[in-house]
Amino acid sequence: MPESSLNRFIKFHLKEEDVTVEQTTTTPGPPALELAKVVKSFGAVVALRSGTITLEQGSIHALIGENGAGKSTLVKIIAGLYRRDAGTFKLRGEDVDFHSTAQSKAAGIAVIYQEPTLFPDLSVTENIFMGRQPTNRIGRIDRKAMRAEAEEIFSRLGVSIDPERITDGLSIADQQIIEIAKAISLDARVLIMDEPTAALSGVEVERLFAVARSLRDEGRALMFISHRFDEVFALCDTVTVMRDGSYIATEPIAETSVDELVRQMVGRDVAELFPKLPAEIGDDVLVVEGLTRPGVFHDISFTVRAGEIVGLAGLVGAGRSEVARAIFGVDPYSSGSVRVSGTSLPKGNPNAAMARGLALVPEDRRKQGLVLDESVSRNITLAIRSTLTKGGLLTDRAQNTAAAVWASRLEVKTAALDAETGTLSGGNQQKVVLGKWLATEPTVLIVDEPTRGIDVGTKSEVHRLLSELAQQGIAILMISSELPEVLGMADRVLVMREGALTGEFPRSEATPEAVMFAATADKEDAK
Amino acid sequence: MTATTAPPAPPAQPGSSAATRIVSHIFKARETGILIALLAVIVVATTVNPNFLFSSDGFRDLLLTPSLLLLVAVGQAIVIITRNVDLSVGSVLGLTAYLTGRLFIDLPGIPVIAVFLAGIAFGAILGLVNGALVAFARVPALVITLGTLYIYRGINVAWTGSDRINASDLPAAFRGLGTGQILFIPILTIIAVIVLVIAAWVLRNLRSGREFYAIGSDPDAAHLYGLRVTRRILTAFVLSGALAGLSGVLYAARYGTVSSAAGTGLELQAIGAAVIGGVAISGGVGTVWGAAIGAYLLLTINRALPIVGIQDFWQRAVVGALIIGAIVLDRVLALRQHRKLIEAREDVR
Repeated sequence: MPESSLNRFIKFHLKEEDVTVEQTTTTPGPPALELAKVVKSFGAVVALRSGTITLEQGSIHALIGENGAGKSTLVKIIAGLYRRDAGTFKLRGEDVDFHSTAQSKAAGIAVIYQEPTLFPDLSVTENIFMGRQPTNRIGRIDRKAMRAEAEEIFSRLGVSIDPERITDGLSIADQQIIEIAKAISLDARVLIMDEPTAALSGVEVERLFAVARSLRDEGRALMFISHRFDEVFALCDTVTVMRDGSYIATEPIAETSVDELVRQMVGRDVAELFPKLPAEIGDDVLVVEGLTRPGVFHDISFTVRAGEIVGLAGLVGAGRSEVARAIFGVDPYSSGSVRVSGTSLPKGNPNAAMARGLALVPEDRRKQGLVLDESVSRNITLAIRSTLTKGGLLTDRAQNTAAAVWASRLEVKTAALDAETGTLSGGNQQKVVLGKWLATEPTVLIVDEPTRGIDVGTKSEVHRLLSELAQQGIAILMISSELPEVLGMADRVLVMREGALTGEFPRSEATPEAVMFAATADKEDAK
Repeated sequence: MTATTAPPAPPAQPGSSAATRIVSHIFKARETGILIALLAVIVVATTVNPNFLFSSDGFRDLLLTPSLLLLVAVGQAIVIITRNVDLSVGSVLGLTAYLTGRLFIDLPGIPVIAVFLAGIAFGAILGLVNGALVAFARVPALVITLGTLYIYRGINVAWTGSDRINASDLPAAFRGLGTGQILFIPILTIIAVIVLVIAAWVLRNLRSGREFYAIGSDPDAAHLYGLRVTRRILTAFVLSGALAGLSGVLYAARYGTVSSAAGTGLELQAIGAAVIGGVAISGGVGTVWGAAIGAYLLLTINRALPIVGIQDFWQRAVVGALIIGAIVLDRVLALRQHRKLIEAREDVR
């Protein structure tokens, strides 16, 4: 046993040696991958206006941008999941057009998604080779060869994962290693990693970076998507910034700085977009103290006053929605308290929360906010069914009358109140969800990503609406991943990162740079 | 975290020889438990009444009775492994059994082998209809095959009418296949076991076989891997249909009499056999061996219960309890394994 271990050790280091030699002799060929002015829209929503990026061989390229900047769409086009509407897509100088993931894979592109996509019931080895297992003449899978190759790749990567075990139960880090092993066994020339570090610990990130560097030194092209600037600067050679579905800039990493990148990412005049109406700010209405749910969020304390809009900023996955759900009572929490207008709310009881005047407009309106097959009026009156019920009967007329009030106030554009909600546009669906909760006459309104995926016109309508509601004295907690929205709307901005509150800024001090920094700065800096 | 930044650690299982690995594999395999249960049933029934095993009829029945179900259960297992289900197998069997009789009546002198091929092809076509509807229309297999269960049965009733196939309609050589033996082993059982061995080999050793598991384990991941999901699902249904077709032909050979109700309810037995045998209803897990042993356990228990003096009307309940027990057991085992894997990870950390 020690012998084989030693052999591997030597092999591992020899490999590195070989690679260094190789690197110095490589001459730059055509770009490994080149996208220019790529456009992709879904119906009326343009997800990607102008996607442009060039990956060079033997180089790691960072792609950064806010949520919704179009990074994922770009990746999915490269992966063959989506087809572009316009623009050019070249691989090693040749035009390509992928109809399926199989094609992009065959062309030597491997994509590692944030959530690894493995078969939980199958062995690690099978996961690496599925669909292209080594076979003998009659097509029988050569398990020995397969296993040996898996072991070779793992030893080259310097990791020890039992190739025979099933992938269920592996840590995200190990699952990502398997994805990388897959890419290596494919001999992928282009490797795209979509926020691979989001769920990794410090050591695991180090290991991933070591692997990424050695792949780069073999002459492969890597693309690295991350929200963490420290990682971008530590790992990458070049960086491309995207905003609102468009290419903004590409620069060598040595010639840029965090400040400049943030400016490019946010890049617009925030104040002009959303007219914030002045509102009279009253007493504390929602008081959250020391709210903790182990592993999800810890020690969250804040207040929201009557007439105040508090923005809750942070990256996707920072735990903001989870806090909102815990406050409303749909998710549990282990310690801490929530008080509304002085009385404390029982844990895990949404009905009690609603009775105290709390309303939650959830993140995913289609799944959590609406019954898409039901009519607009039934959706609007869903939360006030009991008050509309007379003598045990809930009539269409009562529902239509109640719904009509909110539909006209919110200017919901629908053919009829009894039209199926699923037929409405995204923006109008969002108005229906808002109407549903406003009908309950809440004192505290929590809105989670209120304008995600809706067009610009409706967006500003929603903002105007929220502003008016605040004027009427409702306390509003607005979760949003769009920085301009938070900065434009909020009287106060809270920032969460990795389950903790990491910043609080009054409107006057909430600059894009300050909020971004609080949302992304690495752990060491914060502590 | 099971992996480290250090250069390679020694292989996972130091000192495990091939032999001990095989032994531990057999010991851990889900199929072993059900095989033991089957043996226990046989031992108990034989103790109460030695004729259960030690008479020529008893031994023959033990092997013969579950053979048809075995064939259908193997097909069903393949479909379930891809996270689908085929409820139409009983109706497919009924139709092919009747077709078999009609071929012998309408085309006197037709070679037996031609009838077999016709039955298998006919079953495959019916399976293709199922598969096409499931794979292309993207409607859950449960609904599609529930529909074809009734449609195929309806066609059968319309075609058969009050007519039926009688033993005298079938050539003796053909009937001999259903009742004959080679060295005390019924020919039917031999056919079933040959099919079982081939299916097991394919599922274990061919890319297409492994892709059935992959698709059932995570259909979305299968798409991202670029596997040909549609084609594989289609293939699974064709195989299930073809095996149901084969057992339809054999049904005619074994029983001689074929009415329009032949094979009714078989689909539930086939699913039951697969589930008892450790094929996960959510796909991706299980073997055709398990399904085959499940088929034997299911039908052997049915025969054993009256012998040990359990009243007729309890028999179905016992079978039901067996199915639920098997699912609960699988769930418990899966949860325990999952927790163990996670704990193992935390330990290393």
